[in-house]
Amino acid sequence: MTCLHLLLTLVFAVSLGTPVEIQRPRGVPLTKKQFYEESKPFTCLDGSRTIPFDRVNDDYCDCKDGSDEPGTAACPNGSFHCTNAGYRPMFIPSSRINDGICDCCDTTDEYNSGAKCENTCKELGRKEREVLQKMAEITKEGFLLKQQLIEEAKKGREEKQGKVTDMQENKKQLEEKVEALRTVKEAAEQPEKEAKERHLKAWEEQKAAIRLEKDKAKMAEAFLELDDNSDGFVSVSELQSHAELDPDADGTLTETEVQGLMGGAAQVDTSTFESVWTNIKDKYHSEVSRKEADMSRLMTFEVVLGKFGSTLSWLCVVQAPPTVKTPEKSHEDEEAMPPYDPDTQALIEGWLCCQSYSSIRLNIEKELSFDFGPDAEFTYMYSQCYELSTSEYIYRLCPFNRALWGREKNRPENNKYLVMKYEHGTGCWQGPNRSTTVKLTCGKETVVTSTSEPSRCEYLMEFTTPAVCQEPANTEPSPHGHEEL
Amino acid sequence: MSAVFERNALPAMQTSHCHTPLNNYRMGLLSVFFVCLFFSSAFAVDRGNFKTCDQSAFCKRQRAFKPGQSPYRALLETLELSDSRLTLQLINDNNKVHLLLELYRLQGNMTRVKINELKPLKPRFEVPDVLIAEPPTEPLSVLSKDDNGVVLSLGAESQRLIVSARPFRLDIMEGPEVLLSLNSRGLLAFEHLRLRKDTQAQPEGAEVKESVDGDQQQDEGKKDEDEESNKEEDGLWEETFKSHTDTKPNGPTSISLDFSLPGVEHVYGIPEHADDLKLKTTDGGDPYRLYNLDVFQYELYNPMALYGSIPVMLAHNTQRTMGIFWLNAAETWVDISSNTAGKTVFGKMLDFVQGSSEKPQTDVRWISESGIIDVFIMLGPKPSDVFSQYASLTGTQSFPPLASLGYHQCRWNYNDQEDVKSVDQGFDQHDIPYDFIWLDIEHADGKRYFTWDPHKFSQPKEMLQGLMDKKRKMVAIVDPHIKVDSGYKIHNEITSKDFYVKNKDGGNYEGWCWPGNSGYPDFTNPEMRAWWASMFAYDQYEGSMENLFTWNDMNEPSVFNGPEVTMHKDALHGKWEHRDIHNMYGLYVQMATAEGQIQRSGGAERPFVLTRAFFAGSQRFGAVWTGDNAAEWDHLKISIPMCLSLGLVGVSFCGADVGGFFKNPSTELLVRWYQTGAYQPFFRAHAHLDTTRREPWLFGPENTALIREAVRQRYALLPYWYQLFFQAYRTGMPVMRPLWVDYPKDTATFTIDDEFLIGSDLLVHPVTEEGSRGVTAYLPGAGEVWYDVHTFQKHNGAQNLYIPVTLSSIPVFQRGGSIIPRKDRVRRSSACMENDPYTLYVALSPKKFAEGKLYIDDGHSFNYDTKKEFIHRSLTFANNALTSSNLCPDCNFLTSSWIEKVLILGASKPSKVVLKMNGKETPVDFEFDSSMSVLTLRKPGMNAGDDWTLLLQ
Repeated sequence: MTCLHLLLTLVFAVSLGTPVEIQRPRGVPLTKKQFYEESKPFTCLDGSRTIPFDRVNDDYCDCKDGSDEPGTAACPNGSFHCTNAGYRPMFIPSSRINDGICDCCDTTDEYNSGAKCENTCKELGRKEREVLQKMAEITKEGFLLKQQLIEEAKKGREEKQGKVTDMQENKKQLEEKVEALRTVKEAAEQPEKEAKERHLKAWEEQKAAIRLEKDKAKMAEAFLELDDNSDGFVSVSELQSHAELDPDADGTLTETEVQGLMGGAAQVDTSTFESVWTNIKDKYHSEVSRKEADMSRLMTFEVVLGKFGSTLSWLCVVQAPPTVKTPEKSHEDEEAMPPYDPDTQALIEGWLCCQSYSSIRLNIEKELSFDFGPDAEFTYMYSQCYELSTSEYIYRLCPFNRALWGREKNRPENNKYLVMKYEHGTGCWQGPNRSTTVKLTCGKETVVTSTSEPSRCEYLMEFTTPAVCQEPANTEPSPHGHEEL
Repeated sequence: MSAVFERNALPAMQTSHCHTPLNNYRMGLLSVFFVCLFFSSAFAVDRGNFKTCDQSAFCKRQRAFKPGQSPYRALLETLELSDSRLTLQLINDNNKVHLLLELYRLQGNMTRVKINELKPLKPRFEVPDVLIAEPPTEPLSVLSKDDNGVVLSLGAESQRLIVSARPFRLDIMEGPEVLLSLNSRGLLAFEHLRLRKDTQAQPEGAEVKESVDGDQQQDEGKKDEDEESNKEEDGLWEETFKSHTDTKPNGPTSISLDFSLPGVEHVYGIPEHADDLKLKTTDGGDPYRLYNLDVFQYELYNPMALYGSIPVMLAHNTQRTMGIFWLNAAETWVDISSNTAGKTVFGKMLDFVQGSSEKPQTDVRWISESGIIDVFIMLGPKPSDVFSQYASLTGTQSFPPLASLGYHQCRWNYNDQEDVKSVDQGFDQHDIPYDFIWLDIEHADGKRYFTWDPHKFSQPKEMLQGLMDKKRKMVAIVDPHIKVDSGYKIHNEITSKDFYVKNKDGGNYEGWCWPGNSGYPDFTNPEMRAWWASMFAYDQYEGSMENLFTWNDMNEPSVFNGPEVTMHKDALHGKWEHRDIHNMYGLYVQMATAEGQIQRSGGAERPFVLTRAFFAGSQRFGAVWTGDNAAEWDHLKISIPMCLSLGLVGVSFCGADVGGFFKNPSTELLVRWYQTGAYQPFFRAHAHLDTTRREPWLFGPENTALIREAVRQRYALLPYWYQLFFQAYRTGMPVMRPLWVDYPKDTATFTIDDEFLIGSDLLVHPVTEEGSRGVTAYLPGAGEVWYDVHTFQKHNGAQNLYIPVTLSSIPVFQRGGSIIPRKDRVRRSSACMENDPYTLYVALSPKKFAEGKLYIDDGHSFNYDTKKEFIHRSLTFANNALTSSNLCPDCNFLTSSWIEKVLILGASKPSKVVLKMNGKETPVDFEFDSSMSVLTLRKPGMNAGDDWTLLLQ
């Protein structure tokens, strides 16, 4: 049987230090108290009908808007107000009244369910104030740091602009110098030039010979590796085990594809292998390097979770840290050309110098073109990386190249600097390209605080930085202010 | 989820990631180091990975036989009749092999026909554990007997069974009508066990009369001695499919039998197929295949095998419903043709039937790879009779915990405890009810089931307690493949107890699945099942609590590198080959798991276990879902016939992944799927690992509201769903059913599978078309009325009704003449609604009558069964009085739920309403809406367990 639910609450409000009793039906906020007068019939707040007051909170829904049952679960669309003295008042859906689960910290939502709720408002209030205070401190300090960052960025910017100007000047002088040098040199150049060309040609020939030799050696080595059964022939199946040779890069190296590579032959011996080698040498991985690659695949590899901008094609996996030597480079070293004669060298160096001025200037100009925030407060992150280690992965965030600030929907324009969006990361196998959203919050330090992968290949990072700290509000809450209801 | 793991998928995936020059690295602005030891990956499988009949040697062999004169003859002189059992030998005149026919008349209007070899070289497999008991028999008596045959009386006065001798056939008749004939097309074929000739030591003479190939030989003339070479081609002793060789130490063992159904045009059942409700003829195509398989990205509208098999077919016409239950767990194919028979030679006894040879007829042929012929013919005559007949054989739907009828939120995968928590909070923030959150394979430590990932789920009890605090529950997956890892307790115990399935050479069978190399416990072994069940004890399954339940996936079993992604047929389960038991492996997994859940509570609490693979009898152990579907409109549509087909053969607790497992649904599709799923028995959203997140609130507030509304409609109707499941548990009546079950004489209903009934009283026509502006629903029942449950508008029966729809529409109608109790106070989980009051929706028939039932218990324990602790009431509206009366006077349960409101649809305005209770009369407030003729009784207030009458005066 139902019990009578028209229970009036006695609320002690702390207002101007004087406790006052405010009577109102259960679940009604103070702001709506005037609509619930015990002496009068009750009109639903949407005005749809008027009912006797004893039908308010009688555990039967009479009003379409649920306003007659603020303190019971009778209406599907009702809401219940908990005062939560000591903490924050709140509304909960009336379906949470007496459902056996404590929702209001003042326990008022569970008045008839048998649930044992404890009043936790004071504790929550205390904790919240602590958090707020801490946040206020962080904001304050963070904002100071931000000012420094802005100052530094400003200086840096001026310096760099100055540098650009200087460089332009320097370059101009250099160009003139080179021009002069060139005129002088041109007279004496003819024999020099010929000598240089001869030198070059000879070197080219020599280099070609070295390359041919190396290629042959490589080919022989490859043949031995490929000939798994050492019968002196490389067969289709032996070649098929090298998936990297796949011509259409669809992930499988079919027999037909292999036959194509082998020019239609079922097997080749060392002599006929030469033509096959031409077909495959660019892609061929020796077993040794494959094994190494396999190992590194299993141990460590890197995936790009997303990039700024969208014009560059996605980046790909590199094997472990950047200290890995790239084979091409070491080959070049071996084949380094002997030095030029001093005059040519001087001329070339002059040019190179011009070139490098240009490229440095380009880099600086590029940097200056970024959107580092309204006051350039994000400048300090340029060319920095921030890491977070989890049990499985090391995440590294390197914030700038081409700036692309995201903006969350329904947020004002000036808050766009709170979200960074990175897209076009490494493709996920059978999935989308990876992308990452970085949420920035105010903090004293610049750190990645957490990462998650809510959807496959869609990452979320939490990142704190002083650069987003807002100026603390002028009206700081006094620690001894009165507690809100 | 499913996928085929292929070794070469690994390098293929990675080569696409490599070759990055150093400078690119420097431009890598946001990067991550993955340190991982293992990758599992999906790899698309096409049709070519699964056999057609032509590629399955026994099917090809059997199907090559065409209808004609059967070589089988009944040896009437061998007839023996005990009280309830008739035996008779059959002989194949081609090879002289003797078979033994057993006939039983079973209680409840069923006939059982068993055919086995009279003297097999060794025993042939007979399916255990599917029948709940040896079916009780009834006396059989011989009415007449002569050289041509025997006429037996089948209990019911006019029912007779006619055994014709030459050729052998069986006809079941009622009065002058032939209901069903066996071997009328001469397709009985029984490949007897034999010795392999090339290894045979004994002289040929002993076998010389036996034509190895020909249990049956109509294709006379060219059989002779080139058989020897054909034999190898036909895969009698060995068969290879896609590099997998099936060694067949027992040689050919297949069986086949045909059934003719005169007067039948509509046959249903034999799930699981992604196809229409009404089975199609298979002439010119493949037969329907029953072979439990993990089919990656299955296609729709074809007879390919899927995850489960229930070899039960229903035949229906306006006069009668019958069923054929082919109890065989081996690979099975079912051919259906129509109107092709009726011209075959009928015996003298049947002469009078000749006149009706014009009438439609459906012919069915069952082919299985091994075992025996063991058929139950369920003779109805009403649909409900067939359901109870089948239930009497294999049991009814287990009565699920109430919460499991709520909404389930699943995803592969919720990443970690934090993720679980935030999704749980999301439901509260958006005020959407749910009861279960699910964890897929990533929750376990390296796919070692019964364990938790030490980083992501380090405090499972804390997580479960958090859910319990909100009266919610969790399901964690436990698959039957066990990682071969000497550091894994489960593996070590199974190894030491020697519980793994064996390969043909006697070693432990190993195959690839999610954890990599895996063993497969032999669930056919009762000791193994008992041990498995004990692993669910709270002290064994660390981190488990009473609100943790189980999901058995991949139990076909799925073996990524096995033939057709499953186990080799020559693997061994004790003395039986996997070939013999294949289709029931999944049933055993769920059986053992459910038993474990029961045992962990000392037998007090009901289990909840979801399975993907199933067999006849699986309904006793929990819920089934339709596997790895896709986020496509056609997949939404097919969920209806797929679950309807399952319901017809006992499995009521069926659902499809809401939203579609593979791919990302459009917002419209997702909303429509929630609206449909809310009205299907098992209501769970699920999504593949590679899909974007799709929790209900991620698609804007309007769509969140639409999904919330659909889920709330489900929760309001939970009392009705629960009562229907109680009924299903008691009687075998399907919960979700095709219209013809309740309107068996209305031919317009026979092929409808875009709408369905829930119980008898709710008709649902979900919107399953993209961009739909309206649907046309068929409302059955001439002279009946239906009420739109949202507007209370009344519509006449026996009409096609066009219903304009918007995105918020879920066309649902309540049958005039029914009473449905609802709990309209929807809360965040079903348990939170336990004590809430009921609103009774009384929908009056044109004769101002209505009836319904109300069932209440504690929602989770076995006390309803062991202590009769439940309330079961009949609600009747007649003569302007609504009365609640007790259907179980010796039951004992107290509820604090009460009746808060009564809505009477199709009512006229009374002058006064009075509640009569305990001899007292009290007036009840009411309101009358004359536009829709809805009378609302305000707060009558009686306890839901009481006797009372509401009088309209």
